[in-house]
Amino acid sequence: MAGASQQGGFAFDLCKRNEFFEAKGVKHPGFTKTGTTIAGIIFKASARLGIAAESHPAFASPPSLRLCTPAFIIHWHAMQWNFAIQLPSLTHACPSPCCYHQDGVVLGADTRSTAGTTVADKNCEKIHYIAPNIYCCGAGTAADTENVTGMVASQLELHRYATGTQSRVVTAMTLLKGHLFKYQGHVSAALVLGGVDFRGPHLFTVYPHGSTDSLPYCTMGSGSLNAMAVFESGYKDDLTREEAMDLVARAIRSGIMNDLGSGSNVDLCIITKDGVEYLRNHEYLQAKTYERQFPQKFASGSVPVVRERIYDIKKVVTVVEGEPMDMEA
Amino acid sequence: MQPRPQSHSAALGPGCTGPSLANPTPLAFDQQRQVAQAPSCGAEAFAVDPAALANGQPRKHTTYPYVTGTSVLGITYKDGVLLASDTLGAYGSTKRYKSFDRLRKVNESCIVGAGGELSDFQYIMRLLEELSDDDFCMDDGHTLKPAEVHSYLCRVLYNRRNKMDPLWNSLVVGGFHAGKPFLGTVGMQGTNYTDAHVATGFGNHLARPLMREHHRPDMSEDEATALLHQCLKVCYYRDKNSINKFTIAKVSAEGVTISEPFALETEWRYKLFENPAANAAGAW
Repeated sequence: MAGASQQGGFAFDLCKRNEFFEAKGVKHPGFTKTGTTIAGIIFKASARLGIAAESHPAFASPPSLRLCTPAFIIHWHAMQWNFAIQLPSLTHACPSPCCYHQDGVVLGADTRSTAGTTVADKNCEKIHYIAPNIYCCGAGTAADTENVTGMVASQLELHRYATGTQSRVVTAMTLLKGHLFKYQGHVSAALVLGGVDFRGPHLFTVYPHGSTDSLPYCTMGSGSLNAMAVFESGYKDDLTREEAMDLVARAIRSGIMNDLGSGSNVDLCIITKDGVEYLRNHEYLQAKTYERQFPQKFASGSVPVVRERIYDIKKVVTVVEGEPMDMEA
Repeated sequence: MQPRPQSHSAALGPGCTGPSLANPTPLAFDQQRQVAQAPSCGAEAFAVDPAALANGQPRKHTTYPYVTGTSVLGITYKDGVLLASDTLGAYGSTKRYKSFDRLRKVNESCIVGAGGELSDFQYIMRLLEELSDDDFCMDDGHTLKPAEVHSYLCRVLYNRRNKMDPLWNSLVVGGFHAGKPFLGTVGMQGTNYTDAHVATGFGNHLARPLMREHHRPDMSEDEATALLHQCLKVCYYRDKNSINKFTIAKVSAEGVTISEPFALETEWRYKLFENPAANAAGAW
């Protein structure tokens, strides 16, 4: 295909031609972008129980793994905003079955996808599957986020077949950032990547030009500032899973209410080492505030009676055969 | 020397001096401007000086600000209005003036806060001071109400914008008059509105969501101050052009108080900020 270089990387051959056209007044088609609010948080619950951190046998992590309390990563994925909160990971042995120690990531996203100033999809899914233990929220051009995450998901699946082990979140991050850097920001995908692997919960942001951040909480998208305001005022060390879910939902709601590019509903995705809970439309905010009932029922006495006519049907209707229908049933 | 214009507006009558800086310099007879429409009140038409155009040189107008202030926040509470801002005058990316008061008192019932070009703010304060001085000299017990200050600033900014020479400011006007708090904002194009809580610049994105969540009209002063502190902290965390030195101005029935500069406690040592690449070699 013209322009695709054998060595890989972006071929800039056509850029000069495009500039020439623009100078002549040719208007190039624009991108279909989506506003978004996506976010994530890491949560960590066991620290509250005062349990000394030891290597958890289930993690099978090397002994040099730093001991930290599990954290829930709240990863908020919103087309308009990306929120992600990372919960610190705590690895420790649970002495009794009633102890609740979980670390993970909570991802959140809004569900509005826009084409210019029109809402294209009122209830789109912005939290994309990458691996059974890794999910990714995407902001920016919808086609770019969907295809990039789909591409990395299939690469990781092949990799899992080849290696026979669970995918690591850093692998997904490295694949994504390598691809985006290769295209020098022209692939407009701003991602919040979160997951839990044997080393614990992770939360990363990947920017369209290919840089990444590893953070306990992050937001992306057009509503990112609105959501980050909620995070900055609400985040603290050692969030529990419920606190993290509540904080992410509040942050996405803040984006939905205060940013025009974000809207509709809140999606949440909670990833822990035990599995993934994908709460599609966790908060359904686009319900109509008023629904008219058909037929309309008026309470007796609420409407003034203007006229009353009583018709005796028996005068005009004769039952000639059969039994009259039992209307009480 | 041109005679100093005497009246702020023909409607006020002769003999009362308004702020002369806001009036256009009257032209000599041979310099009448050729315009399609002159204002019906008899004032001169605002038009670009054709002499300047004749040379082929465009008349230079304000195209970008130099020394800027960042966001200003304002909320109403039960007994009055609180305005808050930091004290930074930034010169591009440099923190040039770290003790600039961006919240100023107009009179006992009104305060003004500004972001944007600070020299234009000083000019606006001069206009307001001239108005207040005129009130003082008139000595009839009347001072400018906060709504009047707000309306005056709207007109000044909109008219400057129409001359394509804007005063590059985002203003917040707060006041307390007749037992009711007043809070309004004016932008550099003349966009204005009043609301229970306002913010300019970055504050719109960072502080306004928190205000919408937590503000109630019957808040006490302590609750309002706590909310403002929260908003200031978030603005300091996420706005590049800000410093950790703030002032809060309060206007209530007792008058105007502008606090001494203070700093807020900030948290930079969350556990997960330390060693972020521990489990992700190559990340940062």
